[in-house]
Amino acid sequence: MLKESIKMALENIISNKMRSFLTMLGIIIGVGSVIALITIVSGATSTVTDQVASMGANTVTIQVQGTPLKHGLTQGDVNKIAELSNIEGIAPTISGQTTVAFDGNSMDEISLQGKNDVYFENTEDVISAGRIINPIDTENKSRVALIGNDIANELYVGENPIGQEIKIGGITYQVIGILQESDSFAQANTNKAVMIPYTTAMGVVGAKYINSLTVYVADEAQADTTTRQIEGVLTKAFNGDDDGYSIVNMQSILETIEEMTSILSMMLGGIASISLVVGGIGIMNMMLVSVTERTSEIGLRKALGAEPKQIQLQFLIESVVLCLIGGIIGFGLGVILAWVVANLIGTSFALTASTVLLAIGFSAVIGVVFGFMPARKASRLNPIDALRSI
Amino acid sequence: MPEKILEMKNLVKTYRMGDEEQVVLKGIDLEINRGDFLSVLGPSGSGKSTLMNIIGCLDVPTSGSYYLSGERIEDLPETVLSHIRNREIGFIFQQFQLLPRLSAQKNVELPLIYAGVPEKERQLRSADILKRVGLAEKMKNRPNQLSGGQQQRVAIARALVTEPTILLADEPTGALDQQTGHQIMELFKELYQEGKTIVMITHDADVAKNGSRIVRIVDGNLSEGVYNA
Repeated sequence: MLKESIKMALENIISNKMRSFLTMLGIIIGVGSVIALITIVSGATSTVTDQVASMGANTVTIQVQGTPLKHGLTQGDVNKIAELSNIEGIAPTISGQTTVAFDGNSMDEISLQGKNDVYFENTEDVISAGRIINPIDTENKSRVALIGNDIANELYVGENPIGQEIKIGGITYQVIGILQESDSFAQANTNKAVMIPYTTAMGVVGAKYINSLTVYVADEAQADTTTRQIEGVLTKAFNGDDDGYSIVNMQSILETIEEMTSILSMMLGGIASISLVVGGIGIMNMMLVSVTERTSEIGLRKALGAEPKQIQLQFLIESVVLCLIGGIIGFGLGVILAWVVANLIGTSFALTASTVLLAIGFSAVIGVVFGFMPARKASRLNPIDALRSI
Repeated sequence: MPEKILEMKNLVKTYRMGDEEQVVLKGIDLEINRGDFLSVLGPSGSGKSTLMNIIGCLDVPTSGSYYLSGERIEDLPETVLSHIRNREIGFIFQQFQLLPRLSAQKNVELPLIYAGVPEKERQLRSADILKRVGLAEKMKNRPNQLSGGQQQRVAIARALVTEPTILLADEPTGALDQQTGHQIMELFKELYQEGKTIVMITHDADVAKNGSRIVRIVDGNLSEGVYNA
């Protein structure tokens, strides 16, 4: 019976090609736009979150502005943070300006950055040659330096700077590596920078305070708790003044981005589904016309022994089949559109199984909802009246 | 002793037209035995269509009783009536009422679908019955590829395929020319010879004469044995 009904539905749809297509158009546009929007937004979301996550989803960054009484954090403050639970590592940064010199040539306005091994372990592609600053360098306050690409090119023309000496602020260091060349417009341009162990910066250069900290948490899920504990330590360090620092939890930024895009995705999907409802009304209209046109057929089927619910099922199947065909076409077009857009704006394109199910499920539901009334009307026709309408 | 398969006693059918109550059938008494070929002769407006609808279980009597195969037909749920129609009645209509999109064979299979007969068996039974009405060559043709007479043969095959208790024909020759109509009547006579029970509704006395019994219906009253209309 079901097989026969599906067959009859397809025959009827095919015998009214133009009308069926125009009716389906509403569903095609509706499903197509829902799928395209959801796929585009989720692709853009994953691109953005990937970028954010690549900066380290397990990081809590602290910028220290200091207070009039205390201009930054001390090693003691950092040690207190290190004693908290769920801390995997701390990368302090001391920043300042300096001059560099080698073999009689010098360069001004060089950014001096004091770092430790934790920074290098957690950051990719920092150096292009040589080695990174290791725990022993930090421990021993070694006079070793990583130099920016411009410095390597200007001071060591035709020579390999690694292993050579360099004067930074008048003190002699050994060059152990060259920093990766950065895009000249990049925010964190390190072409004109030198990096030395932060302990060296404090002990040798005489820097008193640490200007920023990146804390790596062990368990991302606990990042919020850890962030609050760090805030406690910092507020205490500045004598209860919480204006001396700002703290950013990357995990919470990620969560915020994901929350925002999912709201965006739902909103856009919701707007697009208005067109699905309009499409559904089109289906209902066509099914009502179809019932009227086939009144005598319905009467005949009833005379031959069709139960009302069999008539109802036949028309319901017809409406569902119509919507499913429209849904599949719309899904295909939506996916193509999303793919084109993803390529144009350079976000990732990912089709999830749930999107496929959503498209198919949605169109089937529309078929049932908007086919129900016409199908019930068909099933309730009086066979005598129906047969008379020849 | 002939087997009684249909019995009506004092059957009344009234319709409400606004405030007015119109009595269409005014106390019909009718008995049909297995193997009868009954012609119901009557002019239009005589109530013969209403009688046909009640015999065919498309409608139910207002009062009186109607027994078909020993079962009382009254205001039963639509689903039950549809099962009775499927099992007991083979309808043959003036306008054939074939579905234009389906082949002759598929048209004949329709009532078997509703009887829940499996596809294989449907094909065999429909092919057999189409051979019986002389359309073995035309089984795959659609109705618009068939002549009027052939279409009515398909309709007759569709009525026969479920082996119903009664073949119920409503003006079966009404849409056919005289010669073709005559051929259809010959087929009806053959079916009668084979022992089928036929009830034929007509306004044409010449057509009615083909029956083994004739009843005349005028103004909602039935009288038996009047041959000269």
